[in-house]
Amino acid sequence: MIRLPLILIFSAVLFSAGVYGVLARRNAVLVLMSIELMLNAVNLNLVGFSASLRSLTGQVFALFVIAVAAAEAGIGLAIVILIFRNRETINVDEVNLLKW
Amino acid sequence: MVAAVVRVAPGLTRYAWVVAVLPVVSAVATLFFGRRTPGRGWIYGVSSLSAGFLLALGVLWHFVQGGAPTSASVSWFQVGPFRTDLGQYVDGLTAVMLIIVTAVSLAVHVYSIGYMRGDSRFTWFYVVLSLFSAAMLNVVIADNLFQLLVGWEVMGLCSYLLIGHWWEDKTNSNAAIKAFITTRVGDVPFLFGIFALVFATGFTTSNIQHIGQMVARGDLSGTLLLAAALLLFGGAVGKSAQFPLYVWLPDAMAGPTPVSALIHAATMVAAGVYMIGRLFQVFIHADHIVLTVMAVVAAITMLASALLAMVQDDIKRVLAYSTISQLAYMVAGLSMGGAGYTAGLFHLFTHAFFKALLFLCAGSVIHAAHSNNMSEMGGLRRAMPITFVTFAIGAAALAGIPPLAGFWSKDEIISTAFHQGHYALWAVTLVTAVITAFYMMRVVLLTFFGEYRGSGHPHESPSSMTGPLVALAGASVMVGFLNATAFNVHLFTEWVHVGAVEHEPFNYGFAAISIVGALLGLAAGYQLYGRWREREPLAALGPAYGLLQRKYYLDDLYLKGIVLPIRDTASAGVDWFNRSILDGVVHGFALTARGLSAVVNLFDRTVVDGAVNGAGEAAGAVGGRLRYVQSGRVQFYAAILLFFGIVGVVVVAVAVSR
Amino acid sequence: MTGQEYAFVVIAVIGSIGALAVVTARNVVHAALYLVVALGSVGGVYLLLGAEFVAWVQILIYVGAIVILFLFGLMLTRAPIGRETLDNQQQGLAAFVSIAVLAGLVFLIDDAFHLRHARPFAEFAAPTGNVGSAIFRGFVLPFEAVSFLLLAALIGAVVLARKDEPK
Repeated sequence: MIRLPLILIFSAVLFSAGVYGVLARRNAVLVLMSIELMLNAVNLNLVGFSASLRSLTGQVFALFVIAVAAAEAGIGLAIVILIFRNRETINVDEVNLLKW
Repeated sequence: MVAAVVRVAPGLTRYAWVVAVLPVVSAVATLFFGRRTPGRGWIYGVSSLSAGFLLALGVLWHFVQGGAPTSASVSWFQVGPFRTDLGQYVDGLTAVMLIIVTAVSLAVHVYSIGYMRGDSRFTWFYVVLSLFSAAMLNVVIADNLFQLLVGWEVMGLCSYLLIGHWWEDKTNSNAAIKAFITTRVGDVPFLFGIFALVFATGFTTSNIQHIGQMVARGDLSGTLLLAAALLLFGGAVGKSAQFPLYVWLPDAMAGPTPVSALIHAATMVAAGVYMIGRLFQVFIHADHIVLTVMAVVAAITMLASALLAMVQDDIKRVLAYSTISQLAYMVAGLSMGGAGYTAGLFHLFTHAFFKALLFLCAGSVIHAAHSNNMSEMGGLRRAMPITFVTFAIGAAALAGIPPLAGFWSKDEIISTAFHQGHYALWAVTLVTAVITAFYMMRVVLLTFFGEYRGSGHPHESPSSMTGPLVALAGASVMVGFLNATAFNVHLFTEWVHVGAVEHEPFNYGFAAISIVGALLGLAAGYQLYGRWREREPLAALGPAYGLLQRKYYLDDLYLKGIVLPIRDTASAGVDWFNRSILDGVVHGFALTARGLSAVVNLFDRTVVDGAVNGAGEAAGAVGGRLRYVQSGRVQFYAAILLFFGIVGVVVVAVAVSR
Repeated sequence: MTGQEYAFVVIAVIGSIGALAVVTARNVVHAALYLVVALGSVGGVYLLLGAEFVAWVQILIYVGAIVILFLFGLMLTRAPIGRETLDNQQQGLAAFVSIAVLAGLVFLIDDAFHLRHARPFAEFAAPTGNVGSAIFRGFVLPFEAVSFLLLAALIGAVVLARKDEPK
């Protein structure tokens, strides 16, 4: 079938892309999207190992991760909207009151 | 040696030390409770000395029965192999000394109730009086040299305190200092004599009896023994006012008369003679030159002071020079070795009583006439009969009129001098006896006969003063008979002797010579002073009189030759030392301290403060730079986090897998 | 290389390009759509691996709900649509960190699983029934916990996002 390391490398690529997005994007929603990428990378790892190790635990875990990701996206967006209401902007750069 | 064979129980001799301790107790009691006690505290001293006197009689009783000397001691201190004890050695000499000291001290204590009445320092007077008695008693019972030394020195201190009792008058405090320093000049050789003696024993003992035995066996080095004997005699010269250290005694008359009676007549000045008697083994076994020196010194002293006594106006000074002269008699007696031992000490015994009597009478007279000078007295026999009679008895005893005490003791010395072949000494003692009778007659006539030349209203003294006078007069009459050889009474000899007891038969011939000499003196005195003359008869002596008036210029010699040079150069030297060296050192220290403190200040401000402030400033500066890290930009934080996170994970993974 | 592996490589490449596009697109909506590509490719890989239930849940939830949610969020916050700078100042650092992460992860994967010597594994069929049994037998508690979490998130989102009513 598929060699496990390849799956893991694909997952690593997704993860790195997500890292870049989290660190480099200005729009809060884009940041949230990058976080979703990272979570997906993790899920991919889980499912890959589940197939490789012939255990359903990985997939069950992946399902839970999906559920949690969904919840987190919902709350995150609610917060983004609140920030937008307060500041008319959702540039992460401009939410920097906790500075020196 | 019958006494040694008869086994008599120690009896009260075991408690001889109590006699010495009782006055210490009374001194302390008077010091702390005297003021509050009715009578201002004389009761303590009087009671302790009364008890002491009775106990002393008990001690003597042991020897009357023929008992042997006893000793007892407790350990005092130990330095290496050298051990000194605190103890008592009680033999016949101790017993008679105890009697003298307690009796005379008691008489003086009682006498002072009246004499010192109203004195502002009455209580303190009694404290020091008791303390002195304790010190003298300690000297008397001491069984080792260091204990004796302690008592010796305390006596010196008490003498100083008592002479200067009325120190507001500078003359009195000067006299006290003179007394103290002059006796000190004698005390230093005394101290070295003790050291020499202890060293000679090889530092094994300071016990007097042990030393005596070692000396008798010939164990000690001859040179050391000679040195020790001469040095110890130096102490006697100072304390017992022999030539050339007698100059303090006449000036010591500045003290109250009871003090003169007790300290400067009967007891302290006798301590030097007693010490020679106590350490007699050392003196007789040392090279013969020691005894010769003693005899020469005694001879010079006795004659010189007797001559000085002739020209004094102050009644107490006459008695003072007389005391010096009589002390010389005692030293002369002892200088004749074993033969004169008993005679010299017997004279000490009798002299104590009648000299104390004479002084106390003089005090009575001074108290009445408010003056010491005989030129302001006269005709007092009518106003003060008791004093007159007792004084006359004392004077006769001193002059050596039989059957009074002085005759028995003085005659023994004179005759022993002849019998031992010391003809020069015999001549001097005889001549001095004549002069003694002369000046005593002079005193009696000037004081009690003729017309009253003073300005007051003399009256007899109270009974607290006349009581002791009568008691001492009785003693002056009686004690002579303790060794009245004419009646074959040799009690004193049995108690106090060295070597074999020799009962010399009474020599009527020599007795006659002595009596004739005394009567000669008395007659001369009566001739010159029987009637009052405006001009002092002795002034006829011309330049000799002037010499006597100036006390042979000895005082001037001491003052200009010794005291002033020392004082001036010493004080100048000390002042220079003080200002340049001591002050210099102190200033030096101060400057150094200031310099050091400046350095420390600099260090403190630059280094320490620099460090502290620097730390603060550094923290501030670093913080000031570091705070910009907290930019508020979360993504930046995240970047750093993730970077180090991945680095950490890789490192751990690699490490674990290796 | 088996046929499945080929398919996997193709899907993986597409997904990687899509992911990269998400984080570098100039247009936010484009970014969201590229996200669909990436997520979809991941779902495809799940299918290849035999995890059919997870794959369809992935598509349902992620593509069907979460991306829609993101689009709504973009709309409600008036995300700039147009060619404007959507990246912040630390792109360099971000690139460095992401490449470092990638390198680190690849190193770890190689170190652990030895890329050269890896062997393909046999297919692992995971019927939905089995997955369901696994959840409701072995993992009931986490399941309940997650449902609780979802409830909390739901309530929280509603509370957070509603407008304050004027009193």
